[in-house]
Amino acid sequence: MEFSVNHPFLYWIAGLVVVFVIAQSAFFLYKAIRQAKKLNIDAGVIRKTVFSSALFSIAPAVSILVGVITLSKFLGLPLPWLRLSVLGAVTYELPAATMAASTMNATVNETIISAQTFSVIVWVMTVGILSGLLLVLFGLKKIQGGMSSLTGKDKRWGQILSDSLFLGMISAFVGLLFANVRSGLPGFVPIVVALVSALLMAICGILIKKLKWTWLEQYAMPICMLGAMALSIPITGLMQ
Amino acid sequence: MKQQETVKNLSAYERSVHLHGRVWGAMALTLMLMVPIAVCVYFDAWPPLTAVFKALLGVAPLYWTVGIIEVFTFVPMLGTGGSYLGFVTGNLTNLKVPAALNAMQAAKVRAGTEEGDVISTIAIASSSIITTLIIALGVFLLGSIQPLLESPALKPAFDNILPAMFGALGVVFISKNPKIAVAPLLFMVVLFLAVPSLSSSVSVLVPVGALIAIGVARILYKKGMLNGKEGA
Repeated sequence: MEFSVNHPFLYWIAGLVVVFVIAQSAFFLYKAIRQAKKLNIDAGVIRKTVFSSALFSIAPAVSILVGVITLSKFLGLPLPWLRLSVLGAVTYELPAATMAASTMNATVNETIISAQTFSVIVWVMTVGILSGLLLVLFGLKKIQGGMSSLTGKDKRWGQILSDSLFLGMISAFVGLLFANVRSGLPGFVPIVVALVSALLMAICGILIKKLKWTWLEQYAMPICMLGAMALSIPITGLMQ
Repeated sequence: MKQQETVKNLSAYERSVHLHGRVWGAMALTLMLMVPIAVCVYFDAWPPLTAVFKALLGVAPLYWTVGIIEVFTFVPMLGTGGSYLGFVTGNLTNLKVPAALNAMQAAKVRAGTEEGDVISTIAIASSSIITTLIIALGVFLLGSIQPLLESPALKPAFDNILPAMFGALGVVFISKNPKIAVAPLLFMVVLFLAVPSLSSSVSVLVPVGALIAIGVARILYKKGMLNGKEGA
């Protein structure tokens, strides 16, 4: 069979995986909504969670699509489409593909034309990222048991522990904003954008508390994120 | 709010999530592994094993470690259903975890409770569906949207997704827990100022920040300094 990185067969495979991901997500969504109703979680809260999460995901999804386009220049469209629709991220897929291509004396500057090189890349991209899925699949119950024993019966400490985990993640990403400040004024753009986003969130908080705009609670995050992204365009223009 | 039971005493819902999570996870694993096999069979292009192992030696030690660290870091945040789903659909740090945190925060439920678990699962499932659909739509409409997506005018917006996301998320969580937040924040800011090249390893630094936060929180808690409204 003559190989091409954009062969229709590869589109069919990618399509199959995408349908699977949507089916699994829909199944878990249905199951969680049913349980939420049993727990007497208000139908409005459930509905807003769905819409808010969908809205929140639009900009990152478009960014992932940009990653698909970047990878497509040497891997074709179907493989990056598939890889970025399941476990993985462009920050992993690109180094994995580069490493795999280099073992076959190929580069990521031109489209892959050898089926064998392509198959090495597919194997490496797939196997190199499986640890998380395998661990969850075979060890989630035990891990959660271990986590429960960390907090014991102290409910308050359990809450503080989970807040500390959130803060660990947030602090790593806030620290990341400072990575490029040595490059001069343009290096401060991410910090300014984050501050603008935080300011928008503070304004939303005031609107919710003072003007009782409770509907805004669920949508504040996506609004702030999209607002800060839009404002990053003039901010970047001013600071470069 | 009902605190989740220990593993030995799971609720009917949790037991069924574990069962379905494992079944779907096993199917996802099989499907993922079938992709390279299908490529090899269809194009009759089996790879030299040495090349695969050599390349895996270059990426697997780092990414398998990151994957394991992510499980221990994110499972308490995502809950049972969210973890089974999130570790199949991917894009955890840049999308699914923030989406789950935002949803739990807005719905006023806590991670580690059954309410938190279902809200996190709803958020991750909704996020996965919309993300997968947008990417699929984008792939099929690529000819018409590629110039827009790659336009220099929009580049700053896509370059600044993480600052825009973590600015808003950060102000909410930091303002609720300022005493716990100070130490990991200072540590990370100083670290990234000193070693900017670490920006490519931010996933590895998430558990480092978490450990610092947990350590500080434990000390403050033992000294009775966290009895106020932190995290309430």
